[in-house]
Amino acid sequence: MVIVSSDAAVSVSRLSKTYRILDVDQRPVTTAEAVLRRVRHPLRRPARVRLKALDDVSFAVSWGQIVGIVGRNGAGKSTLLKILTRITAPTAGRVELGGRVGSLLEVGTGFHPELTGRENVYLNGTLLGMRKKEIDRRFDEMVEFAGVAKFLDTQVKRFSTGMYIRLAFGVAAHLESEILAVDEVLAVGDAEFQAKCQRKMREVAQSGRLVFLVSHQIQTVTSLATCALYLERGRLQYEGGVAEVLDVYKRSFEVPTQESLEAAMRPGVGTARFGQVTPDKNAYDAAEEKVISFSVNVSPGLTERLCVICVINDENRMPVVLCDSRLIDFWIKPSESVKAVMSLRTPWLKPGTYSVDMVLRGADLVDEWSACCSFQVLSVLPYPVATSRWATSVGVALADFTYERG
Amino acid sequence: MVEPSVPRHAGSAVSDGAVLRSSPRAPHVGGGPSGGHRRVVITPPRRFPLPHIGRLWEAREVFLRFAARDITLRYRQTALGVIWVVLQPLLGALVLTFVFHGVAKLPTSSVPAFAFTFPAMLAWNAFSTVSTSGSSSLVRNRDLVSKVYFPRMLVPLSTCGSASLDMLVSLVFMAGIMAYYGIVPNVSLILLPVWILVTFMFASGITLIASALMVNYRDIQYIVPFALGILVFASPIAYAVPTHYRIFYLVNPLTWIFEELRWSLIGTPAPSTLLVALSLVVPLAVFLIGAMLFEQFERGFADYI
Repeated sequence: MVIVSSDAAVSVSRLSKTYRILDVDQRPVTTAEAVLRRVRHPLRRPARVRLKALDDVSFAVSWGQIVGIVGRNGAGKSTLLKILTRITAPTAGRVELGGRVGSLLEVGTGFHPELTGRENVYLNGTLLGMRKKEIDRRFDEMVEFAGVAKFLDTQVKRFSTGMYIRLAFGVAAHLESEILAVDEVLAVGDAEFQAKCQRKMREVAQSGRLVFLVSHQIQTVTSLATCALYLERGRLQYEGGVAEVLDVYKRSFEVPTQESLEAAMRPGVGTARFGQVTPDKNAYDAAEEKVISFSVNVSPGLTERLCVICVINDENRMPVVLCDSRLIDFWIKPSESVKAVMSLRTPWLKPGTYSVDMVLRGADLVDEWSACCSFQVLSVLPYPVATSRWATSVGVALADFTYERG
Repeated sequence: MVEPSVPRHAGSAVSDGAVLRSSPRAPHVGGGPSGGHRRVVITPPRRFPLPHIGRLWEAREVFLRFAARDITLRYRQTALGVIWVVLQPLLGALVLTFVFHGVAKLPTSSVPAFAFTFPAMLAWNAFSTVSTSGSSSLVRNRDLVSKVYFPRMLVPLSTCGSASLDMLVSLVFMAGIMAYYGIVPNVSLILLPVWILVTFMFASGITLIASALMVNYRDIQYIVPFALGILVFASPIAYAVPTHYRIFYLVNPLTWIFEELRWSLIGTPAPSTLLVALSLVVPLAVFLIGAMLFEQFERGFADYI
């Protein structure tokens, strides 16, 4: 139990959120079947199963922090932010907030393409909880931050994507709410703008307010957060310093979690699922061909051909390569459960541990298995001469190159 | 002192919580949250929640912005622009007058047909605008509903904004019609604001119910236009309440409102006290039921929309 203290900026106790989702097994496969079922039982709603998006989460944070929330897809990060920002209601538990919460869950929400930049600033600002006076006062600052002063009276549908996002972030960044919730917004915009946003977030924290930050990019969390929460399948597994939390997060990719082993728990519509994914060796030399064998179990409901996407990530979960089978015209066909292999010849991977994500896609996401297996690359380098470590430590992969006199 | 929660999976994962607990800065440093800030507590929704008036009032600017947005958007990139505000009710009234009076020759008491139709047209336009655009408003603004928090009730209610503008313009027009036909209203004119309020209250109630239901049941989007299509002919807009099937007309709250508007504007005989009483109570009841139903559904919107 958590003792709720009045000087905590945010205290959350025993928070749970349950969604009821359609049972995969009961989903009608064809349109005809769906219609038939509806005609036979016109009022019956399809059976649903419970999914715990958040499960008994408790924590408390004090003012002046940037709290990074990490976890894999579906761990409950966004659900937690949605509850903190009151977009959705918890199923159980209690949250106490020490002030207004401003949300930056998706940049530009509430922007209307037909309205001008100026009109949108006011509309969006109001929606985010600012008073007209506040917006008036900070209007110039927002516009300057976004750098779109010249286009204020142009409809935003004529804006470039960059301008649109900058203006939207400009509004949100000048929110005067005591708590700011940020979800994945830093993935957009150019490097200069990203740096600007990061500065802004630090300023917010330094002025004694509180920022919640959800990001899949480890770098963002490491460079910004002052403490972190690690969620796994809706449960708060760890809270504390950024370095420790990220360590736990990274380690979680070394062993496939229970969640991903149960195919039904993975994201995707599930008309086909990966059966087994294994590298043919646990450790490779840097220049050796890496081979990943996998099987796909296709359900009778599959009507389209699927592509396979295999992503190889380094220890920091940064993708090194992505192998999309569409590029080489390889497809998984309906009603054909198969075994297949993916062979990766280049680039030469640097020594270290790599985790593999496998994705099946048709028109929709069919299966996504993050960190389904991992392998080591040993420091057996393909070069004839061993030299300083520096020569092979820079860059994301090793190159196959030559120098010749011309 | 803040007591950090202990992760339930003890062992090596137990954090000392030091980082979370220690705050190097006091929370009241320059520009930061002032100590007087209200604490917000979030708990699971209660069984039958009532609309939170204070919260609605706090977000009144959202209502105004939405209404302003609707009005701006309606006439942006149109060639005629604001002229449409005048043209729409005028054309509507002309068509209905022509159909019912010119073609079907239904009686409109002793008043000129057009002057007879227009007061009812005022209320009908407000009712149909609010219920058409209001009922689909949550679904249309899905992004907002699932991404930002504000009292969602303001989305359907804000459609009353542009409907009131139409109403205002039409009233000016009505004054012109009365002057043209030389109709002098009686004292009941002072009740006009009441009838208008009742119209909006009824329309808002219906639209709250419809928009809340539409989040879960998109069937509503087919039912609303269909129902309005029937009502426009089944309500005595351009004709007097007929003597046969009288009961059928009298159970329609729109009939009560039309009768009252005609009474106040063109001096047709006063409706019975019972009808007046009903027309005050029923719309209020519909509005309250709508508000409660909406509140009941509201906290699930983001999950279902």
